[in-house]
Amino acid sequence: MNVLNFIHAFFSDSSHWHGYDGIPARLWEHIQYSLEALAYAALIGLPIGLITGHYGRGGNTLALIATAGRALPSFGLLVLMFIWLGFGMLPVMIPLVILAVPPILVTTYEAMRSVDPSPVDAARGMGMPEARVLFQVEFPVALPLILSGLRSAAIQIVSTATIAAYVSLGGLGRYIIDGLYQKNYEKVVGGATLVAAMALATLGIFWAIARLTVSPGVRRG
Amino acid sequence: MSGFFDIPSDLQNTYFGLIGLHLREALIPVLAGLLVSLPIAQLCVRFRWLYPPVLGVTTILYAIPSLAFFVVLIDYTGQTETTVMIPLAVYSLVVLVPAIVDGVRSVPAETLAAATAMGLGPVRRYFQVQLPIAVPAIIAGLRVATVSSISLVSVGMLIGNQGALGNLLNDANLYHRPELAVNSVVTTAVLAILADAVLVLVRRVLTPWMPKESAR
Repeated sequence: MNVLNFIHAFFSDSSHWHGYDGIPARLWEHIQYSLEALAYAALIGLPIGLITGHYGRGGNTLALIATAGRALPSFGLLVLMFIWLGFGMLPVMIPLVILAVPPILVTTYEAMRSVDPSPVDAARGMGMPEARVLFQVEFPVALPLILSGLRSAAIQIVSTATIAAYVSLGGLGRYIIDGLYQKNYEKVVGGATLVAAMALATLGIFWAIARLTVSPGVRRG
Repeated sequence: MSGFFDIPSDLQNTYFGLIGLHLREALIPVLAGLLVSLPIAQLCVRFRWLYPPVLGVTTILYAIPSLAFFVVLIDYTGQTETTVMIPLAVYSLVVLVPAIVDGVRSVPAETLAAATAMGLGPVRRYFQVQLPIAVPAIIAGLRVATVSSISLVSVGMLIGNQGALGNLLNDANLYHRPELAVNSVVTTAVLAILADAVLVLVRRVLTPWMPKESAR
């Protein structure tokens, strides 16, 4: 298989393993971009999703915002922001955050809406204040779905963060963009393999987070 | 805003020509994805053990960045529209298979039993009962696939100007005309929102029994 040969050639070349353009350095850059974008997106999406889901209002507005966010082309936005704002992290963060907010927002809202209303009523009947109802009753039950929203956002960020290389930044996209211009397919395939592996690792990490944080009672249900 | 719609001559296309090209490059893959995902989803419904591995493979395919997918395909299909459309079809497939499987599975067993009791064979039962009831779920999947497909076509710019409206981004850089980048982003976003709205309408037409209010 052609592609497998490329992968083998890329990973067995020792020059790909050290220096500023080495796999560890690029991987670390990619992880930093992804984590930063996911953190911003979660900071925006989670509170809004939790609160609107708790009060059950604004679902249609959220759906509109989510559609608008999905409709904005990430790559076009990147180039436009680069032209407007110049070199830096911000032109990369804006499209990545816009890409990641809709899945987090919509899934969190849906997760809060799908919580069985009777325990919520029981909690209120016992005199729990709204904030505790939200965090101690609704949130634990909604957590698996909320995590699945964060997971799909994270995977989209990991695979899209490659475009950062187009505006002269690092990350695993460097291999793909440089490989494209140098007509070095082994580099492209190697970079793609690394990104796909990182996305799979993300899946694994979220599975582990779900195992650790979701209460056993909820998991069984 | 002067020159907002002045398309540089190197693209050898008009504004509306680019829109047509963009829609073609985005929508043909979604249609192809739908045609392929229907039988795959049906197999996954019939043979339950097939679903987890299919889901695993599609998740891996989805994790491949579009740009890398394009570049790898250049080796096989050259710097052509096909090279842009194949990955988009694969991504559509990834979104559509789970949507269709969940939709078809959500058909209540009593409904299926009633259809069988009325003398419907498996083929007619599929087309006249299961598929129509699954329409809302399928359309929900189609909306995500279509919108992301329209957005991703722009990346095709990097492989020899195959990105339709995305090609304007390159020209914006080349000729220092930021308005071309604005044009590209805004037009792509509007196309995506319009396509989304059309799909919502299609769903309303196909499922007249559903309440209009909860339509989202």
